Formats: sequence, C-alpha cells, structure tokens
Amino acid sequence: MIDWSPLWLSLRLAFFTMAILLLLGIPIAWWLAFHRARWKAAVEAIISLPMVLPPSVLGFYLLLAFSPAGGFGRLLDQWFDVRLVFTFPGLVIASIIYSLPFMINPLLAGFRSLPTGLHEASRTLGKSDWTTLFRVLLPNMRGPLITGAVLSFAHTIGEFGVVMMIGGSIPGKTRVASVAIYDEVQSPHYGQANRYALVLLALSFTILLLVYLVNHRYNKPKSML
Amino acid sequence: MIEFRATKMLHTSSGHQLLDIGFQLKQGSILALYGPSGAGKTTILRILAGLTDTTTGYIKMSGPGNGNHKGGESGNSNPSGPGSQSSETSPGNESSQTGGIWLDTSRHLNLPTRHRPIGFVFQDFALFPHLTVRQQLEFALPKKADRSIVTELLTMMELEELQHRKPALLSGGQQQRVALARAIARRPRLLLLDEPLSALDDEMRYRLQDFILKAHRFYQLTTILVSHYLPEIFRLADEVIVLENGRISKQDTAANIFLEEKISSKFRATGEIIDIKPADIVYIISILSANNIVKVIATGEEAAALHIGQKVVVASKAFNPIILPLG
Repeated sequence: MIDWSPLWLSLRLAFFTMAILLLLGIPIAWWLAFHRARWKAAVEAIISLPMVLPPSVLGFYLLLAFSPAGGFGRLLDQWFDVRLVFTFPGLVIASIIYSLPFMINPLLAGFRSLPTGLHEASRTLGKSDWTTLFRVLLPNMRGPLITGAVLSFAHTIGEFGVVMMIGGSIPGKTRVASVAIYDEVQSPHYGQANRYALVLLALSFTILLLVYLVNHRYNKPKSML
Repeated sequence: MIEFRATKMLHTSSGHQLLDIGFQLKQGSILALYGPSGAGKTTILRILAGLTDTTTGYIKMSGPGNGNHKGGESGNSNPSGPGSQSSETSPGNESSQTGGIWLDTSRHLNLPTRHRPIGFVFQDFALFPHLTVRQQLEFALPKKADRSIVTELLTMMELEELQHRKPALLSGGQQQRVALARAIARRPRLLLLDEPLSALDDEMRYRLQDFILKAHRFYQLTTILVSHYLPEIFRLADEVIVLENGRISKQDTAANIFLEEKISSKFRATGEIIDIKPADIVYIISILSANNIVKVIATGEEAAALHIGQKVVVASKAFNPIILPLG
C-alpha cells in the first residue's frame, strides 16, 4: 500500500512556495521591468542563479546559514525560537529561493512585453503605480502569471538536492515525494519507488500540459478574446 | 495661460539635436505643433505630461479653474480644496498646491504625471485591452468624481451602443473616440493629442475633428495637438507652432503661416465653396470667387477636409496666367 504522506507533503510545500512567490515575485519583477538601477543586472543574476547552480551547492549554503551553529541560524533560534534546519518552514524558505527564477522570469517577460502605452496612459489618467499595477498591468498578463505560478509549483515538486541538504528525510515533516523515492530505492523497494515516480511523472506532465494549453489560449489573436 | 520652456538633448535617427523651446498659450485655445518628424513635437507633449525628463525646464499653468467644474459652467468654481488627501486626486488639486507650477528644474520641482491636470490621447490610443468602453471611462474618473460624465461623454462621442465592447472589437475611429473620451473623463485642463487622427481615413478624420472641437468647447479645455496634416490644422488650431531642428521657426495663426509660406503663388483668389461633387475617384469642388465659379479637382483626402460654405483660397503656382485683351 502506498504511503501518501510524502506526496501530500510535496503538494503542500509546492503550494506554499508558489503562493509566497506570487506575492514576492510580482513586486520584484515589476521593479526590475520598470526601474533603472546600476545594480539591476546583479539582482537579475542572483535571482537566476538557482537555475545553473547545483541544488546541493544551494542546499549546502542554506544549511550553513540556517544552522543554529551559524550566525543567522543562532539569531533566529535565540530571538524568535525558530529553527529552519530539518523543518517544514525551512523547506519552504529554501524552495522559495530555489524556485525564484521560475516565477520571476515569466513575470518579467510579461511586464516587458506589455505596450509601454498602457503604463503611461494610466499615469496620465491620474493613477498611482499601485493602481496601474493591479488594475491595468496584471489583468493583461494572465498568461505570464499562470505560467509563473505553475512553473514554480512544478519546480518545487521536483526539487531534491536542496531538500536533502536542509530537510533530510523526516517522515511527515520533510520527507517529500522525491526524497521518498530515493529512500525506497536505497531500501531497496523498487515497486514502492516506482509508484511514487509514476505519480510524480503524471503530475509533472499534467502541469506542463496545462501551461501550454493556457499559453496557447492567451497567445491567440486578441480579437478572439 | 500655460508657460512652457524646456531644453533637452534629442537622440533621433539623424543624430543628436538640442530641443530648445519656449512658448506661451492662452487658456481655452487650440495650439497645433507642426514640423518634420524628429523635430521634437511628440517630445514636447510628453514633457508637458511629465512622461519625459528635460535637462532644464519650466512649466506653469495659471488661470482659473482646476478641472472640477461642470461643462458649460464658468471655470471659476474652486471646490474640494485641501479636503481630498487621496493620492489619486482630481486633476488640478495637486498642481494648485505648487502654485500651478508643474516643472521647474531650477527648484528641483517636478509634479508627477498623475498629479498634472492633463488628458493625453496617444498616437496608438493605448486603450486597456481588458476593459470595455464604459469601463475605460470609469477607470479614468478620480475618486468621488461625479459619474454622470461617463454617460455624457458616451453620448457626446456616439459610443453608447459600443459601451460594452472591448477595444479589440472596435474600428480605428471608434477606438480614437474612446481614447478621446477617456482622456476627458477626469476633467483635465490641458488636452494633449499626439497625431490622433493619423491612422484614420478621411471621412473619419473629418468627423473626429468635430468631436475634438465639440469636446474642447464643452469642457473648456486648452488643447495642444501634434499634426502633420494642414487641413486639420486649419480647421482646429487657433495658433500654430512650426518646429524645425528642435527650435520654433514660426508661431502664428495657420493662415498667416501656411498661406504665406506654402503658396507663394502666381495666381490666387479667395472664395467660398458652393458645391462638392464626387466624380469617379476624385471630387470636383466648385468655388464662388467674386462672380465666377471656379471648379477645382481635389482628392478624397482633400475633399473630406472641406465643406460647403467654407472660405478658401484658390491658388496655383504651376502655371503662368496669361492675359487676353477683351474686345
């Protein structure tokens, strides 16, 4: 019988990560798209770093940072009684960093592909940046918003290295599906590993299929909408 | 009265060029900016709107009215005052707090676009794809503004039947009217039109000039438009500024500028149009000049800008008049 808790944990982790990334990603991408700053290139490079860095490298540094033995981890421990290593909140924070580019990049491309006239027209109509963002820009980039949300969700489901480094494999707490597969293979319970793997495969395919269906819908000529 | 002075380096396809412009404009008038592309016409509109920075600049809008008055009434009402603290104030409130000064680089003063009492009609209209015609106008209303202006504008621009359509389902002329109505909905004092009619066919262009004139008068606007198109300038503008290489080369009425300059003719006469008739692909315009009827062939584009009863100049420089003795 399959133990559903790793899959459930993966979905929960992916959902929290996606939701927080939406809140963080919209203002960051908006700022990157519309503001000039000398160090903007550096910010973009840092955001995209998780795409090229081995997850174990990212996990290793996060482990050092979160560890109660280190400065930041000790600060959290002593002042807020928060421990991030081998805990679910720690996994969420690590996943946010790990999936950041998968949210930011589609949003950034979305903001940049909007006609500049929309932004300027809204300003000449007396609207603040805030109103412009929520009532003019975002309603016209449903495609990028859905792409960013779905990709960061899917990417979080698929993470392994980072979780291994800072979450370990505590059943019900940090043992997500990808880690569970690894454990089952080590045991070796190939049948069980195969069940998890098939579920993840089906899930990933469905998610990507949805992304492409959505993109085809929003990329249709405007007159069709 | 609007006072405008600005300098700015323009980077055009033909190289760098200094824009160095200063002019004054009476409240309630229509000014046309005319000149070759790259002369800085659109840049002037954008500087007025606060969408483009300047090296040095000064813009002041003085005079009565702060954009809240109802169309047809005197522009002297001065309601609301300091009561409204919202960041999205009615146009005019903010600028009156700075003494009507929108830009003064010597004092590091630059009123943000959203606080300037302007309406801007962009060349590509910049309508919001996700909003219906009515929603575009409602979006433009300041908070707590009287919403009746939306219906009033929809009626004036003959958009009632289209009010629930999105821009993608509108023709160019319809989109232009929506853009114009949207720009006026917040009751601006200054209306800026960036070649608004360039994408339209002649008949539509003529009708839209009517809409612009109607709105300009009814809402007591001061209007600045960029145009390449002489009949349009003649019809709409009280005053014309001709820009060349980033500077003002002429500032006068349309008649004084263009009739002097364009037609240094060998033959000219003034008259009144008494008939416009299509003939195949052209139009025959009959003009009564003194006691003679002169027939002149015009293209559809030219004919669309003319109407019966209009006073015109008939001129030519392509031929030499000859003199024949009579009797």
